[in-house]
Amino acid sequence: MQALRLIRSRTVVLPASNIDTDQIVPARFLTTTTRAGLGATALFADWRFDAAGEPRANFVLNQSAAAGCRILVAGHNFGCGSSREHAPWALVDYGFQAIVSTQIADIFRSNALKNGLVPVVLGPEAHAWLIAHPGAEVTVDVEHRTLTLPDGRAIEFPLEGFSRHCLLHGVDELGFLLAQSDRIADFERGRT
Amino acid sequence: MTAQTMFDKIWRSHEVVPETADTPAVLYIDLHLTHEVTTPQAFAVLRAANLRVRRPERTIGTLDHSSPTEADQVFGRKPIAIKSAGLQMAQFERNCREFGVELLDMKHADRGIVHVIGPELGLTQPGSTIVCGDSHTSTHGAFGALAFGIGTTEVGHVLATQCLLQRKPRAVAVNVKGRLPAAVGAKDLILAIIGKIGIGAGTGCVFEYRGEAVRGLSMEERMTVCNMSIEAGARAGMIAPDETTFDYLVGRPRSVQGAAWERAVDHWRTIPSDAGACFEREIDIDAAVLEPMISYGTNPGMVVPVNGRIPADGDAVFRRALDYMGFAPGEALKDKPVDVVFVGSCTNGRISDLRSAASVMKGKRVATGVRMLVVPGSQSVKRLAEAEGLDRIFTAAGAEWRESGCSMCIGMNGDTVAHGKYAVSTSNRNFEGRQGAGSRTLLASPATAAAAAIRGRVTDPRDLLT
Repeated sequence: MQALRLIRSRTVVLPASNIDTDQIVPARFLTTTTRAGLGATALFADWRFDAAGEPRANFVLNQSAAAGCRILVAGHNFGCGSSREHAPWALVDYGFQAIVSTQIADIFRSNALKNGLVPVVLGPEAHAWLIAHPGAEVTVDVEHRTLTLPDGRAIEFPLEGFSRHCLLHGVDELGFLLAQSDRIADFERGRT
Repeated sequence: MTAQTMFDKIWRSHEVVPETADTPAVLYIDLHLTHEVTTPQAFAVLRAANLRVRRPERTIGTLDHSSPTEADQVFGRKPIAIKSAGLQMAQFERNCREFGVELLDMKHADRGIVHVIGPELGLTQPGSTIVCGDSHTSTHGAFGALAFGIGTTEVGHVLATQCLLQRKPRAVAVNVKGRLPAAVGAKDLILAIIGKIGIGAGTGCVFEYRGEAVRGLSMEERMTVCNMSIEAGARAGMIAPDETTFDYLVGRPRSVQGAAWERAVDHWRTIPSDAGACFEREIDIDAAVLEPMISYGTNPGMVVPVNGRIPADGDAVFRRALDYMGFAPGEALKDKPVDVVFVGSCTNGRISDLRSAASVMKGKRVATGVRMLVVPGSQSVKRLAEAEGLDRIFTAAGAEWRESGCSMCIGMNGDTVAHGKYAVSTSNRNFEGRQGAGSRTLLASPATAAAAAIRGRVTDPRDLLT
């Protein structure tokens, strides 16, 4: 995982609440055995493309303003549904580095954090402003756990210390767990 | 000592390293269930790092999600129709072989949906921690286990270390008073709960279902309730183990055997929440007033009684959902035409579910123009159903009877609902396109699904049972 400190970007806005992981990556794309390449084809596939595979002009990711945006602002309860890590894989592969909502589902949040995708949960007021202002230039600061609005207001968001550390330094949690192997062995011996 | 919840007790007994302000807990995992779809990238990480599976005996694999349910494909008489699915299945077989993980392969008599076979084989044990790369792992909480879905990176963590890094969620009590009326089942109960509290209400929480109605449920009904905890946003749902639990588990092939059984039961009796244990929140629901439920929208919280009406108005999500479903605000759902009926899935693919559907369908025919698929949750369920003659009730009615698998619950294995078609489905999700691009899903119990198949319209199953 790449180290991630500051994300400065215009936003893309998907105002719908409860965007579930079946919308982010429909199940038919889950027969892959790698994590690469989901951004181009699978991400929001049924919203982005029509039955013939042509881009739907009215979908926000198909509009020129979305190009290069790394922050997705979405409605309440983003990422609900299945545990498929393909959802954050696809978002990251597409180029997103942060998801902003008022609530982010547990498993999606956990998966996002392991892939350098920052889950930013804001209060309703700042969130409503972002929903109403697509394309706003904002900064997500992982170190200080803030999202800075164009007017300079820095809004704090929750990010527990360990996750923050892993994002800032690109730490892979598996290495941390493997370093615990003596304690795991002690635990196993203690139970039998 | 402070009164503890069941969740607290299981959590604490699995802490290899407790959580601190700076670091999450290292939590030991007793049972790791794996399948073909959410594991290939995890095995690839192990292979690249030259790691082995730390505890292969605590890991078991099955093929269910992308695997077909058509017998000719299942038993190798025909190639797997979806090429990428076939490659994924083969990759999983290779991974299990190379890493020493037991696999219940396509021809194995015990194969089935991961959340059906765990309990059925007796692998699911009270007081244990169970994970799987699948959000419906919450099913196993019906036995008083802490069971939750994980992502593929975490699958790799468990394979390599048998542990996960976790922050402790909050415990919430769901108190269900009264008893369920006749012909109102566990699926109706959990749909009513999700309808009441909403699909995001359980975020950050573990549910414990309690009360008279829950005590009165069979193990299979309890599994249906816990299965859909994730549809309310809760990673796990739990029910205290009791005599019903022990009666279900005794003698199961991989359950505790012999002299160890009594010791295990003695331990399991200490697992339920202590009197006075404190929950972050309590949710109360009265089972006695419930009716058969059905969903009308595009998430599992958008439900009404089968004789009820769609709400007259709602927010943007509501309007978008009705537009997708082709329904109008305030409409009755009863008598809406149905194109497809699916009975199966980890929610409702067990023998009691098939019996329930068969009791509605016995001696009747599936309505003209309706396609009905009945898919047992495991090969064991299939054999049992066939021994009871349930398959003949379904096939005589004109339904298709398949090999086990996730099938139409998740449109990735060849069993799909066509664009724009209406499916009454016993599965767990009615998201846009869940059963195939453009599919329209109405979630319901096996009895309500079977009634819809017979009438070709949304029907109160009680109308056919009298």
